[in-house]
Amino acid sequence: MLYFSKIRIFLITSFTLLFVCIFLSNFTKSDNFIFNKKINLGLDLQGGSYLLLEINNRPVITQKLQNSIPTFKKFFKEKNINLKNFKILDDNFLLFEANEDKISIIQEILEDKEDNFINEYYPRFKSHKFDFLVEQNLFKLNFSKYGLIEIKKSSQNQALETIRRRVDEIGTNEPNILKRGNDRIVVELPGLDDPSRIKNLLGKTANLTFRFIIKGSEETFGSEILEFEDGSEEALVSKRIILSGDNLLDANPSMDTQSNETVVNFSLDRVGAKRFGKATSTGIGKRLAIVLDEKIISAPVIQDAIVTGSGQISGDFTFQSATDLALLLRSGALPAPLNIIEERTVGPDLGQDSINSGVIALAIGFFLVICFMVLKYRIFGLIANITLILNLFLLVGILTLFEATLTLPGIAGIILTVGMAVDANVLIFERIKEEIVGEKNLLVAFDSGYEKSKTAVLDANITTLLAAIILFIMGSGPIKGFSVTLGVGIFTTLFSVYFIARLLTSIYVTRNKNKEKLI
Amino acid sequence: MIKKLPFNKFYKIFNLVSFLLILLSILLLLFKGLNFGVDFKGGTLIELRTFDKNITIKNLRDSLNQINLGDVSVKKFGSDNDYLIKFEKKNFNNPNFINEIKEKIISSLGNTFEFRRVENVGPKVSSELLKSGIIAIGLSLTAMLIYIWIRFEWQFSLGAIAALFHDVIVTLGIFSLFSLEINLSIVAAVLTIVGYSMNDTVVIFDRVRENLKKYSDIKIFELTNISINETLSRTIITSLTTLLALFSIFFFGGEILKGFSFAMILGVFFGTYSSIYIANPILVFLQVSPKTILKEDKD
Repeated sequence: MLYFSKIRIFLITSFTLLFVCIFLSNFTKSDNFIFNKKINLGLDLQGGSYLLLEINNRPVITQKLQNSIPTFKKFFKEKNINLKNFKILDDNFLLFEANEDKISIIQEILEDKEDNFINEYYPRFKSHKFDFLVEQNLFKLNFSKYGLIEIKKSSQNQALETIRRRVDEIGTNEPNILKRGNDRIVVELPGLDDPSRIKNLLGKTANLTFRFIIKGSEETFGSEILEFEDGSEEALVSKRIILSGDNLLDANPSMDTQSNETVVNFSLDRVGAKRFGKATSTGIGKRLAIVLDEKIISAPVIQDAIVTGSGQISGDFTFQSATDLALLLRSGALPAPLNIIEERTVGPDLGQDSINSGVIALAIGFFLVICFMVLKYRIFGLIANITLILNLFLLVGILTLFEATLTLPGIAGIILTVGMAVDANVLIFERIKEEIVGEKNLLVAFDSGYEKSKTAVLDANITTLLAAIILFIMGSGPIKGFSVTLGVGIFTTLFSVYFIARLLTSIYVTRNKNKEKLI
Repeated sequence: MIKKLPFNKFYKIFNLVSFLLILLSILLLLFKGLNFGVDFKGGTLIELRTFDKNITIKNLRDSLNQINLGDVSVKKFGSDNDYLIKFEKKNFNNPNFINEIKEKIISSLGNTFEFRRVENVGPKVSSELLKSGIIAIGLSLTAMLIYIWIRFEWQFSLGAIAALFHDVIVTLGIFSLFSLEINLSIVAAVLTIVGYSMNDTVVIFDRVRENLKKYSDIKIFELTNISINETLSRTIITSLTTLLALFSIFFFGGEILKGFSFAMILGVFFGTYSSIYIANPILVFLQVSPKTILKEDKD
């Protein structure tokens, strides 16, 4: 165990030096340095906001069921099958009836696995998009488990894009936006200590529509009563959508020179401009409601046909609210409402305080352990300490190399590693002491000390590693940071004990093999 | 080797002590329960710092009671100027309510506050976090059980798990006794305790196994004592260095890590104790002998 070939010594030294360099690159300012990687600080250390958003997919599911009604009607009509009495039950089920003699054909079509247009088949999950039941001549369809997952995934993707655009518009520093599960999104905003504006912006679906206000039942499309944003009045609004947010090219806040009001200017794409022109030229004198998330922002009376493809939204805005509305319109609508289900914000001061106290605790813990080891083992304590310092460099070096995120619990993990890392050396040294009792040849005693303690050292470290792995899988946020440092710490500890410490021990023992009471 | 200490003489008495400790902890956990923080109970936590020395906990509480927040708890947090406010808030979906609280406090007590930390956990997330915490602890115990089973025999596995179980239950019992807050970092601490305690037990067991082969004529009762003594200096030194590191986190690592390091300190203490006084007596009780090991070699 004590013999090292020259190549091995070279490899160990260069490997260690490499990571010491990477470790040091954390403290260099210049980017020209070969190792320009830096460890990332978690939100709890650099300050910032963490938001967990949940997508409320209920309206999306209802909408999808609603949309499938005409598709079903058309599809089966082409096959000379008439479906009737379409209904949506509990936001969840699509019901329809068919003639008795057609039931088995419909069933066959719905169960088809090859190129099923109407009820898509996912071979990967061995499941159709819809599950269905037949009761006499009544069909009852609902999205299957995997059909729902597909819907959730697609609305999650859309939401992610919209959120990214909104967050980017605000211009926060390196935001991190990630999917979690299939109906959640994590938003991490480093450096942001007051997330209320962003929470407001993400809390809005921003579904914009332009619809006519109507009187009585003149509309064949159906109508609904909507409130004004300020709650001042209600109006009957047609369900026919003239324009939607999708037709918007751009939106910006501006000052209307005539009325001295803050307004939002918008411009439309070609299709939108055409439709807007047509609607405004035929609807002179009518009120056009601008509806955002089922609330009327304003409902100006149309004076002239607007064919330029641009327009203006007014409605008691402050400059801030106009800016935010323009931003929401530019970034597009969310597919479904979002709920903020978890929020953690750390101010930059607390972050800095945490770093300071973490570093102080590390320094003191380190100092105490080092002193203890020298007092207890003298020259071998020194070897253990050199190993410990290099171990720390290796650990931080590896975290830097992978640009891992360091959190406050992560720092605790490093300190704990310092305390536990000496364990392996202690196990070995104690074993060597026992071996020396019955063995005259020091080299043999050291050798068998290393050999015989190996299983204990490995077992002891693997058990801690198991705990770290489970924490990594199950833990979230800062706790994950802890498990990473603890887990990486085990590998660096084993490396430093079995290569660095053993190398140093071997050099020392070979030179002093004739001394009495070496350890 | 220095003089041998007769650890095995006290197996019986400490078995009783451990039994009582576990019983007491279970009773505490059942009847007093744990003081869950916002991570697991849901609700809002605000850490704030004031620059006005005359402000008291009562001022803050009175000011907060003017808004309907339900049961509000206000506590000092570390230094004299730092406070921790906690409450369970139901209408979670108003994104502005933190700002409303801020405005309320500033309007009634002056603009001398800094919100240092805000944590807001919805009921759904908190119950998920609790569930995954419990699963994580259960999973780690199972993983350890299987590992020891593979490396040793089932008798050892049972002894190690009993020791781990003791450490986790008693640590949580103490947290219940003093109503200390259980949050995510405590779960991390408990898992680390599991790893540490296992580590300690494995080192002694490793020696027991070696000695079983070496001294086939010595009874397990005496053999465990020899093994404990042979590994004793390592046990003490490692516990000491780990405790040195943990105490430095406890005293200098800031308020946020206090609970974590306290749980770990308890865990190291009980982990060391249980490796000697729970894991080993179980080997004696199960009458482990050289045959137990030999059977493995034949297989």
